Amino acid sequence: MSALATPFAPISAGRKRKDKVMRGLLAAATGVALVPLVLILYYLLKKGAGALSWHMLTSDPTGSFLGDPGGIKSAILGTVTMVALATAIAVPIGVGVALYLVEYGKESRFASVVRYFVDVMTGVPSIVFGLFIYITLVTSDLFSKGYAGWKGAVALSLLMLPVVTRSSEVVLALVPDSLREAALALGAPRWRVIARVVLPTAAPGLITGSLLAIARAAGETAPLLFTSALVFGTSFDLGHQMNSMPVQIFNDVGSARSEIVQRAWGTALTLVVMILLLTMAARLIARRSRVS
Amino acid sequence: MSALALSLPSRARYPDRALRWVLTALAGGILALIVFFFIRLISEANPAFSHFGVFDFVFRNDWDVSRSVYHAAPLVVGTLITSGIALVIGVPIAVAAALFLTELCPRRLRSPLTVMLELLAAVPSVVYGLWGFLVLAPKLKGAEHWFGSTFSFLPFVGPDVPGPNYFIAGLILAIMILPIVSAISREVVATVPGEHKEAALALGATRWETIRMAVLPYARPGITGGAMLGLGRAIGETIAVTLVIGNAPQIGKTIFSQGYTLAAVIANEFGEAANNQLHRASLIAAGLVLFVLTLLVNVLARWFVVRGTRGRVTKA
Repeated sequence: MSALATPFAPISAGRKRKDKVMRGLLAAATGVALVPLVLILYYLLKKGAGALSWHMLTSDPTGSFLGDPGGIKSAILGTVTMVALATAIAVPIGVGVALYLVEYGKESRFASVVRYFVDVMTGVPSIVFGLFIYITLVTSDLFSKGYAGWKGAVALSLLMLPVVTRSSEVVLALVPDSLREAALALGAPRWRVIARVVLPTAAPGLITGSLLAIARAAGETAPLLFTSALVFGTSFDLGHQMNSMPVQIFNDVGSARSEIVQRAWGTALTLVVMILLLTMAARLIARRSRVS
Repeated sequence: MSALALSLPSRARYPDRALRWVLTALAGGILALIVFFFIRLISEANPAFSHFGVFDFVFRNDWDVSRSVYHAAPLVVGTLITSGIALVIGVPIAVAAALFLTELCPRRLRSPLTVMLELLAAVPSVVYGLWGFLVLAPKLKGAEHWFGSTFSFLPFVGPDVPGPNYFIAGLILAIMILPIVSAISREVVATVPGEHKEAALALGATRWETIRMAVLPYARPGITGGAMLGLGRAIGETIAVTLVIGNAPQIGKTIFSQGYTLAAVIANEFGEAANNQLHRASLIAAGLVLFVLTLLVNVLARWFVVRGTRGRVTKA
């Protein structure tokens, strides 16, 4: 800072050159940062588009070593089912906790401890959540033992929960107090203020946060490996093992058969397109509404 | 406000109390969940800790499934090496991109470039693994071999380059932490007061000098925090690393050696360990070590971010 205290000398050629070079470097670094995205999208399209076919999307993997390796129908449907259940668990709880933090807890000690624990949850590696669900749900005597779709969904919901809570808290805090006060002044009880004023005002933001959490959960592999596991057939029974796209890809990558590796690329392309659609939807909704 | 609420008939106050009670219970449930989570992990990992000793489990270099010996040092070291490489490669690029996007970029390009950078975060881990395993590792092998044999006089560099190795894993991790590190850096850089920059410019500083003398000193703690959050991500990243690390439980001699990480060993060996008490407990213990490691890094990171912004961050 002390350098700022004395006026600079007139800009010398050396300083000008340095300025140019450094600005160029910063721009170049931005370019470098975008290279991986371009490369990944390029390879996904090149290798994945060739693998995609109606047959692939509508048949189950056969699991046989020879002949037709089959498609990814069970994986797509499994991912959709489990993510839907995970959303049904994580979004109400996450929004509820955020409501508590914004409407009741505020700066109280208990609220800041809850905030801190939500932050801790954000940092837990996804594989550790997988382990946790394995030792509490898969091997416990409380429920029927073994892998099951709903256990995978619970693992995913643990990942989504802190994301939903944090983003909801930010949005709910943006709802102007004047709206709350106006409703209270009209004699509305607290719960009606929350249900009819706070939640509707914040709704687009809540949806955006939830969609981003869903996009994150849909691509997760690690929490599903030991909870819903890998299975070939399509099933809507959440009590049984359930296939999913990320686990299917993970399983196919190392295969010696080129058809199966091709299928991995096709699955990856499908998965990335699904996630990008969710992300774009979230962005559009976020742009449509500015709470403040 | 409470005076008004109290004056309502008690019939109307009843749902109020119920709602408050339910929401508080939910918040308390989160606390209970985390505590339960921690206790469960510790109790399930305990057989491994009591069998090998906590210190030995973490610091001895011997992980051998065939002899039923589980000491996690090769995994801890692998985790630290790969995330270290990720930081060295990823952070400078992420910070430079953040500086360019907030300070130098033409207004029209800013938002499309930012969105593209954030798209990197939308790509699932397993897809990074797929791409790294099938494309990046084979394509870079020649370059790594050339680098390894030309600069073999440097420490930790050698000509022996297997396909999957620490460096590839670190490179993939660097790409994966780019979006978060640059997003936080952008947020922090945006909080630098305009007066500071204008003062520097008015004194005749060039744009770069303004960045170096006005922007960076102000934003440094926040950027450090962002980098540490990225480190936390890199340490816990599982699937992408599992595919490109080589899965060899050893401490590699060079950055091109095969290795293993805490997260990868769990993903790979847990399936076969389900019926082996000690192996299972050891893997859960590895998970616990991993969790404690990320927790430490994240706590430090938050401290830096809070100190760096002092509550000045305008929520994006």
